[in-house]
Parts: sequence; structure tokens; C-alpha cells
Amino acid sequence: MDNNWPIWEIFLRSKNGLNHKHVGSLHATDAEMAMQNARDVYTRRNEGISIWVVESKHISASDPDEGESLFDPANDKVYRHPTFYNLPDELKHM
Amino acid sequence: MANHLHDFLIHLGDNALILGHRLSELTGHGPVLEQDMAMTNIALDLVGQTRNIFQVAASIQGGGASEDSIAYTRDVTAYKNVLLVEQKNGDFAKTVTRQFFYDAFNYHAYQRLLKSNNKDIAAIADKAIKEITYHLKWSAEWVIRLGDGTDESHQRIKDAIETLWPYTGEMFKFADYELACHDEGIFPDIHSIKGDWDEEIKNVFAEANLDVPESGWMHDGGKRGGHSEHLGFLLAEMQFLQRSYPGQEW
Repeated sequence: MDNNWPIWEIFLRSKNGLNHKHVGSLHATDAEMAMQNARDVYTRRNEGISIWVVESKHISASDPDEGESLFDPANDKVYRHPTFYNLPDELKHM
Repeated sequence: MANHLHDFLIHLGDNALILGHRLSELTGHGPVLEQDMAMTNIALDLVGQTRNIFQVAASIQGGGASEDSIAYTRDVTAYKNVLLVEQKNGDFAKTVTRQFFYDAFNYHAYQRLLKSNNKDIAAIADKAIKEITYHLKWSAEWVIRLGDGTDESHQRIKDAIETLWPYTGEMFKFADYELACHDEGIFPDIHSIKGDWDEEIKNVFAEANLDVPESGWMHDGGKRGGHSEHLGFLLAEMQFLQRSYPGQEW
């Protein structure tokens, strides 16, 4: 019967984290069950304080075949990274 | 030992321990991974609650008693759990129904134990009530899903209710030690819990398209140590290690 249950993607926000992070997926018949299942499967060790569930079919993913055209053009544009500044020594954690 | 507080703690702990052990039998056998985890989590919660309760009971008992000696070295007639929790898992509908009947009782009992004049019991209840609230949410939702689901799920939960209903009455009958605890303000009036339990069952069953059975004849005896044959088999498995290798640790 589990084969008929749709898949849901689970996002958790941890205590110290600012944004929700994808932690995995699971089966559930609806959002409420997905929420409970996520609680049972992904928050057993205090991992989160907020859960988002999204049915997997609602996520649009980029096409791996388009990887070159999507991402390669950024490879040779080092000037987009802020690496050309001389930072004073007093400045930590940059 | 005739100590009603001690006996009451044993009763509370045995309820949690035996149901926890029953659920733990399903670890790795759940209908889907997610529910396998859910039931295992509930089993762990219940065994955790048992530990808190038995620690207090052991300190009353004295003489080197520990939570482990209480859990693993008593014979079947010394167990004071209600008969409901020792009933076998059966199919998923039966597991869910047993859980729901018990959770609905436990939730309203522990709401009252929060106000117990015994500080240890109030503290135990304070820790347990969040877990129990979730257990009730889980089991009530599954009763609704199965009752209001397919023809087969509806029939299965109907059968489970019919099988388990005669075990629900015992929860609302005072044992001697409960009555004695009630007189001292440790334990609430068990009949007031019945009112809340009836309401809970009525509401959830209405949403699940299920009929509440007539009250009818009820099994009795678990609280006094008179158990069904199932408990002996459960204990044989649960206690095997400590019986064969006393004091063994890992």
C-alpha cells in the first residue's frame, strides 16, 4: 500500500539555523500525515523547531542536461567574488 | 508489602511498561517505515515514563530495589497493569485501537495527576503529558483515517473495537490502592475521567464514522494481578535476560 502513497520533501529549521533545510523525504497520504511522519522520522534527536512539508511533485528541478549552460558561465567570472580587497588585520571571521 | 502509594505507582508503571513492550514488538514490522518509527517512538516514550515511575516506587520499596528489579524480576501475578495494554498487537487496526483507548484514558488521567498532591507524581506527569498528548493525537488520527478510509480499513477497525471494547471498563474501576490514593488526594476521582474519556471516544468515532458500542459486560482483574494468558508470554520474552543472567548490564 505504501507504493501508492505520494512522496513528500521535508524541510527543518534547527534551533540555531535561520532557514529551513532539506533533510529528506518520506511517504504520506496528505500534508497532516506528512507533518506527523516528519516529526517521527526526522526530529527524534532534537533536530528542529519548525517543519515544512512539500509534496515532491510540486518541486520543479533544474535539468542536469542544462548544467553547462546554467552554471558554467559563472566559472570564469572570478570578479564576482569579493576576493580582491585587502582586509585590515583587525578584521576577523571574513 | 501493603503500601497503596507503592502499589499505585506499580500500576501506573506497569501500564506504560507493558504497552511500551507490546509496541516495541512491532519495531521493524510496521506497515510503512514512517509508522514503524512512530510506534517505536511511542514505545520509547512509554518505557521512559516507566523508568521515572519505577524509580520512585523503588525508593519507597527500599532494600536494594531498582527500576530494573521491579521491571524484570516480578512474576505475572505481581503485575498491576490493566488487561487492555497486554492484549496482542493483532493487525494495525487493533494496535491503533488499543492505543487510542489507552491514550484517551491516559491523557485525562495525567491531566489530573499534574495536580496530585504527591510532588513526585506531579513531576512525572508534568514530564509525560507532552508525550501523551502526542500519542493521543497520533492514535486518534489513525482511528479516523481507518474508520473513514476504505471498506476494508473500516471493517478492520470495527472488528478491533468489538474485540477490545470489553477491556475498556476496567480502567474506570477503582482498585483498593487507587481508592486509598484518592482518599489522600494523590489520585483523582476515576469516574470523572470516565466522563472525559467517553466524550473523547464519542467525538473521534463520530468523525471516523464509527459507532460507540453499548457499554456491556467488561473484563476485570488486571489491576489486582489477574491477567490474561498473553501477559505470561510477554514477560517470558521481556524478562528472559535478567532471569537467566541476573544483574547483567550492557
